[in-house]
Amino acid sequence: MTAIRTAEGHGHASILGVGGYRPARIVTNAEICEQIDSTDEWIRERSGIAERRHAAPGETVVDMAVAAAEKALAASGITADRLDAVVVGTVTHLYQTPAAATLIAHRLGATSAAAFDLSAACAGFCHGLAVANDLVRGGSARHVLVIGVERLTDMIDPTDRGTAFIFGDGAGAAVVGPSAEPGIGPVVWGADGGQAEAITQNVSWDALREDPGHAFPTLSMNGQQVFRWAVFAMAPVAQEALDRAGVAAGDLAAFIPHQANLRIVEAMAKKLSLPEHVVVARDVVETGNTSAASIPLAMERMLGRGEIPSGGLALLIGFGAGLAYAAQVVRLP
Amino acid sequence: MTEQDILAGLAEIVNDVAGTPISDIQPDKHFTDDLDIDSLSMVEVVVAAEEKFGVKIPDDDVKNLATVGDAVAYIQQAGVAA
Repeated sequence: MTAIRTAEGHGHASILGVGGYRPARIVTNAEICEQIDSTDEWIRERSGIAERRHAAPGETVVDMAVAAAEKALAASGITADRLDAVVVGTVTHLYQTPAAATLIAHRLGATSAAAFDLSAACAGFCHGLAVANDLVRGGSARHVLVIGVERLTDMIDPTDRGTAFIFGDGAGAAVVGPSAEPGIGPVVWGADGGQAEAITQNVSWDALREDPGHAFPTLSMNGQQVFRWAVFAMAPVAQEALDRAGVAAGDLAAFIPHQANLRIVEAMAKKLSLPEHVVVARDVVETGNTSAASIPLAMERMLGRGEIPSGGLALLIGFGAGLAYAAQVVRLP
Repeated sequence: MTEQDILAGLAEIVNDVAGTPISDIQPDKHFTDDLDIDSLSMVEVVVAAEEKFGVKIPDDDVKNLATVGDAVAYIQQAGVAA
C-alpha cells in the first residue's frame, strides 16, 4: 500500500506585519443625528464613538482590502507573489460568489495563493488568524495574508436609532509566516447559533426575490442581548485564551478586543482585571465598529502611534453575529 | 434573605458599576432618572445581581425593574421560587 506523503510543517508562526486602510471621509455624530433622533452626547455615552469613516461611493471592500494588504505586505517585507493563501473575513462583500479574496489576490498579484472568504462577522479576523497559524504550522502555506474588511454602510439603515451610529467602513490586514518562536497562541473559539437573531441581516436574499418591493437588507441588532453576551460570556473566553497560551494578564502589553462599543471594551477590561500597564484598544472612538476590520485597524494604529511595543504580547478577541467568537494571544509585529 | 440584605447587596453592585454613593441607593430611587443607570449599565447590574443572589433575570423582565425597590422585590420573589 502506498502511503500518502504529508506536508512538512513549520514549527511556529507569527504576525510579520500589519496594515490598515481607513476611508477618507470622516462622519461625525452630528451628521449621523441628521437622520436619527439622537445627540452627540447620547451616542458618546452609549458607545464612546465620536466619529467613524464612510467609504466613498463605488469604493468596494476589494478596493479597501487591497489598500490595507499593500501596507501589511510592505510592513512584513513579503511580496505578494510569495503568498500561499489569502483569507478574507467579511460579511459585506455583496457578491454571493466569487469570494472577495479571489479578486483581492488577483489585484495584489498573489498569483500562487489559495483565496477564500470566511464568514464569522466581527470575529472574522481572529478566525482568519487561527486558520493562517494552522496553515503555516501544518505546512499548507508558508505566507498567509489575513484580511478583515467591511463596508457596513451598505447594510445599515441610516434611520435606525439602534445601529446607525455604531458602524463604519474600513480594512485591516496581517501577514502571517513561519517564525523561530511561537507568535500566535492557541485559539479559543466557538459559536452560539441559538442567539442568531441577536445580530442578523433582517431579510434573506430569497425573501427579497419573492418580494422585490422590500427594502434592501440591513443589519438588526438587540443591543442589550449582545452587551450581556459580549461582556459576561466573552471575558471568560479571553481569560481562557490567556491560560491556554500560558500568559498572565500582567505579561500583556495590550488588550485589543473587537471594537464593538467602548462600553463593552471597558467592561471586559474590568472583568479581566487587567493591570494598569496593559494598553487597552479604544480605536472605536475614532473609527466606530468596523466588524472584521476593527482588530487589525486598532493594532496598526496603536503600533504606528508608538502606544504599544513591537514584540510585546497582545490579547485579541473577536465576537459578533452568529453569535461567533475567537480569541488568541499574539506577539505584536 | 431579607429585603434589607438584598438592598444592601444591590447597593454594593450599583456602587461598583456606576460609582453611585451607597447611601443614595434607596428603594424609591429610579434607576434611570435618579441614579443615572442607563440600559447598558442596567445589564451589568442585573448580571452581577444574578451571580450574587443566585437568581435568573431574563432581558424581558429587566425593563420592568424601574426602581431599586422593584429590583429588590423581583430578586426576593425569584429567590423564593428557586
